[in-house]
Amino acid sequence: MTPFSFALAHSLPEAVLAIGALTLLMLGVFRAKDGRDWIISELAIVILGIAFILLFFDLKSNAVIWSGSFVDDAFGRFMKGLALAGSIGALVLSLDFMRREKIDLFEFPVLIVIATLGMLLLISARDLIALYLGLELMSLSLYVIAAFDRDNPRASEAGLKYFALGALSSGMLLYGASLIYGTAGTITFDGIAKAMTGVPSIGAVFGLVFLLSGLAFKMSLVPFHMWTPDVYEGAPTPVTTFFASAAKMAAVAIAVRIVMTAFPHVVPQWRQIIVFTSILSMAVGAFAAIGQTNIKRLMAYSSIGHMGFAMVGLAAANEAGVQGVLIYMAIYLVMTLGAFAAILSMRITGTYVENIGDLAGLSQRNGFMAFCLAAIMLSLAGIPPLAGFWAKFYAFSPAVNAGLYPLAVLGVLASTVACFYYLRICKIMYFDDPAKPFDRASPAVTGVLALSSLLIVLFSFWPGPLVSAAAAAAKSLF
Amino acid sequence: MLLTAAFFWLFAIVTILSAIAVVTARNPVHSVLFLILAFVNAAGLFLLLGAEFLAMILVVVYVGAVAVLFLFVVMMLDVDFAELKKGMMATQPGLLVVGLAVAAVVVIELVMVMGGWLHLAQPLAVGGVPLSPGVSNTQALGLVLYTRYFYLFQAAGFVLLTAMIGAIVLTLRHKPEVKRQSIEEQNARTRSGAIEIVKVRSRTGVEGA
Repeated sequence: MTPFSFALAHSLPEAVLAIGALTLLMLGVFRAKDGRDWIISELAIVILGIAFILLFFDLKSNAVIWSGSFVDDAFGRFMKGLALAGSIGALVLSLDFMRREKIDLFEFPVLIVIATLGMLLLISARDLIALYLGLELMSLSLYVIAAFDRDNPRASEAGLKYFALGALSSGMLLYGASLIYGTAGTITFDGIAKAMTGVPSIGAVFGLVFLLSGLAFKMSLVPFHMWTPDVYEGAPTPVTTFFASAAKMAAVAIAVRIVMTAFPHVVPQWRQIIVFTSILSMAVGAFAAIGQTNIKRLMAYSSIGHMGFAMVGLAAANEAGVQGVLIYMAIYLVMTLGAFAAILSMRITGTYVENIGDLAGLSQRNGFMAFCLAAIMLSLAGIPPLAGFWAKFYAFSPAVNAGLYPLAVLGVLASTVACFYYLRICKIMYFDDPAKPFDRASPAVTGVLALSSLLIVLFSFWPGPLVSAAAAAAKSLF
Repeated sequence: MLLTAAFFWLFAIVTILSAIAVVTARNPVHSVLFLILAFVNAAGLFLLLGAEFLAMILVVVYVGAVAVLFLFVVMMLDVDFAELKKGMMATQPGLLVVGLAVAAVVVIELVMVMGGWLHLAQPLAVGGVPLSPGVSNTQALGLVLYTRYFYLFQAAGFVLLTAMIGAIVLTLRHKPEVKRQSIEEQNARTRSGAIEIVKVRSRTGVEGA
């Protein structure tokens, strides 16, 4: 038993989020007028910011606390930083949108904070129960905010679809966890690693497959991606931003942690699953996005493809591979926030629009936004010297070094196909006849767009901090 | 020992049969009743394992609260019984085939897992703490739930809180035309604000005063 103060010191961000969420809820219930968001969103951003700063409280030491359910290490801190940054970004982008769409209820920021708390618990999980509780805390909040615009049938449909399929995936994950517990006799990741050596029993392998299927659903990897386009399109845009940024970070983090710490001795068994889903995701992400006319649907397929690219790094199953995944996720987060900031700037005479055609001739009307969005699209396509290229480079080279040539070649091919629809957006913005002009975007949205494109363009000149932080984070898993 | 085995088979067989009946029953109310039967028998299985606390919780929470709530919901839903009576084979044969295929895969997997488990080469890593004699189930759970599993307990609490917030956000609607009780307003009422003394003249009524 570790002393309570020691445990608290190593889970300060979580404690801040938990207490902060409860405080915000009480403030909203007793002080907000008609349930409207009063200053709750702003306070939520402050709380998430404090949690982010507290991650730097103690960068050196690692600790296993809360009776072995929770681990505080460099890997966790890195991914928690990304998840918190994604949540802050989504909340900043939501301020203007929620007010204009008249769905600015105070529960929204509270649910975002609770979902982020779930993500942090998930990222730090060190046994199967903590994993499940973190995942459910995150998912349950996500189901609710997907349907947050409850008078809009599309949002309700998105919420219901996500809920039904999410419950199914949780069932698969639990079934897998029970099989693993049944064969390993323990729920801690370290214990499972000790029990599963040599040729694993058939029960454990089935458990592993079900567990990874459940997690693949959360990461929206093919063949568990069916919900993604509908939910991304139907949910309010800031919610979609949150799904594509923060939620992806947490799901990828726990997938990496569980295969690296609980199943390090059965790499061939899980590698084939990762390779299979990775190839399918890259292919679906590349081909299915071509015919899309709705930009949120396009981003959904794009995110499916990008998860496939990130999994290429994980398939290498070594320290460099994990580092590649971490760098990929960090850059993907920046690109996603930027892309959604651009989507949230698409407003014609007070109505938000989502068609790619509405971007036509944007360069003549708003050159700055066109330039930023073009940079983000080219980066998503992976064109050097933008950040997206380096993300793919760091994810693919460990796979090549590990001898996974077919995977890397297919990845590059899929990436080439995917270039088509990213470049098409650039072409529409720069060479088509201008459509109706957009309204002036709020300063927060423009700020996020500018910041993310700046980071993308400048990454090549100053990659050191991110690469070394990712290296330190990857090292703590081994 | 023989008696225990006999009860195990009884509970297990009834659980499985009633679980099948939950899915195949034409009438949704019957389905829920079979679900209750399955829960009660599962509680019996827990009792045989010596987990009397879990057994009682299963009966109290699942049978007593969840299943009864289910029953209410099913009775309130507008279910088209004529459509249901036709059976799955007539209405959605495709779905039935897919469902059976999934069930077959899971059954085959279970058999393989059981086979693997019976011939497990390495001994199981033993987790958890063995119960000391004289400590009841409930007591043992109480000893660890708020100490060793404090963190998980709190996280579970947050999950429930989220479910509650979600249910309220998505379903609660304030209708302006519905009159609500306001206790502050009631308490703040005084005689001077509530009563008006009007001198009524003959044949004019209150308006004429």
